[in-house]
Amino acid sequence: MSKNHEFYWRRFHSLLGIIPVGLFLLVHFSINFTATQGVEAYNNAAGMMELIPHWLLLIVEWVVIYIPLLFHGLYGVYIAFTATNNVQRFGTFRNWMFVLQRFTGIFLVVFIAWHIFQTRIQKALGAEVNFDMMAEIVANPLMLAFYIVGILAATFHLSNGIWSFLVSWGITQSPKSQKVATYVTMVFFVVFSVAFVAAILAFV
Amino acid sequence: MTTAVGTTGRTVKLEILRQDRQGESTRWEKFEVPYRPGMNVISALMVIQQNPVTADGQKTSPVTWDMNCLEEVCGACSMVINGRPRQSCSTLVDQLEQPIRLEPMKTFPVVRDLQVDRSRMFNALKKVKAWVPIDGTYDLGEGPRMPERKRQWAYELSKCMTCGVCMEACPNVSESSSFIGPAPLSQVRLFNAHPTGAMTKDERLNAIMGDGGLANCGNSQNCVAACPKGIPLTTSIAALNRATTVQMFRNFFGSDHMVD
Repeated sequence: MSKNHEFYWRRFHSLLGIIPVGLFLLVHFSINFTATQGVEAYNNAAGMMELIPHWLLLIVEWVVIYIPLLFHGLYGVYIAFTATNNVQRFGTFRNWMFVLQRFTGIFLVVFIAWHIFQTRIQKALGAEVNFDMMAEIVANPLMLAFYIVGILAATFHLSNGIWSFLVSWGITQSPKSQKVATYVTMVFFVVFSVAFVAAILAFV
Repeated sequence: MTTAVGTTGRTVKLEILRQDRQGESTRWEKFEVPYRPGMNVISALMVIQQNPVTADGQKTSPVTWDMNCLEEVCGACSMVINGRPRQSCSTLVDQLEQPIRLEPMKTFPVVRDLQVDRSRMFNALKKVKAWVPIDGTYDLGEGPRMPERKRQWAYELSKCMTCGVCMEACPNVSESSSFIGPAPLSQVRLFNAHPTGAMTKDERLNAIMGDGGLANCGNSQNCVAACPKGIPLTTSIAALNRATTVQMFRNFFGSDHMVD
């Protein structure tokens, strides 16, 4: 990191978490949710991606997903490891959120790397992305558990990330607005967790 | 009053984390001192200083700590008491569980025993220009008036005594991180709120937009929970987040409103 640019890197990290990473996550989850409507609905939704020309899809994937995700993930790991967690001494709600944001972040780096290997890289190697691919993966109970924890970590990290985004950019200043933002983002967390755990269970 | 010493028959048990020199290894030592009504942590430490003998009768060196005002306005006597950073002058023995465990605020370099070096806070205040510049080559006259309601909330921010408790509570402040911490940040809001101070507010905002500045806050909000003066530190940080968002755009796109 060049000198005296840390502020901009941190703000960029905060922004990328919402746009595009957070938005992509919602699109991704929405497509997964079609699995609750049956095999055909999911295959149709996943097949939509095939309609995009391959070269364009690759550009969009790199610009909208891989590069922002890689930056957010790697810089996030750096942020997480410069903290000295102290929930034992300060067991307040916000301090727990602080620690959970970092734990889920580290876990997500591992989970997403594995998830990309198991799906996107397999597709690049010739596998077809469809309902059966996911059904085979989650047929293993350990994998299913790993995916459920991954989904919960992702919905939490995004929900709480929206809360800190609102503070970091100076939108929620008063303690009251920050409290309301906590309620709204936690409702968001619960709703999305239920919906997307239901989506993964549709593959079982 | 001398008869009060020892007449209660009760004792106060203390455990103190000792360290002889900066960077050296630490050890816990146990002490037991006669209880007196109304004792604070400092008065217990003073008894140990008079007779530095541990609870099991071993002679030891007197415990070192910092203190000055003894009325919770100077900030010098902060230490970690039963796990919480606070002032040893205003912490009463009667309100503590025993044994009372005393540790230095390890987020700062430990000079000796409970004495720490808070220089980084004072350096941070210099870095962010936490003052109102009024010097000139001629009499600049009176500054603009401050609205009374603004003065009232700004007064709350001025209660900061640089005690370091918020720095100790913050998970992002440590010897290995460059984050300047909550206290100096809140001082930027204080001096930017001052009508004369606001004439150089862009300088302060740009200072906290440097390395180890405002954006290193991780929103654990421990600072506001720990502050002995009840300073709304996290509100200050959020207010500065907004001010620096605007400043960032002004810096890049240009503006004639850097100071208004």
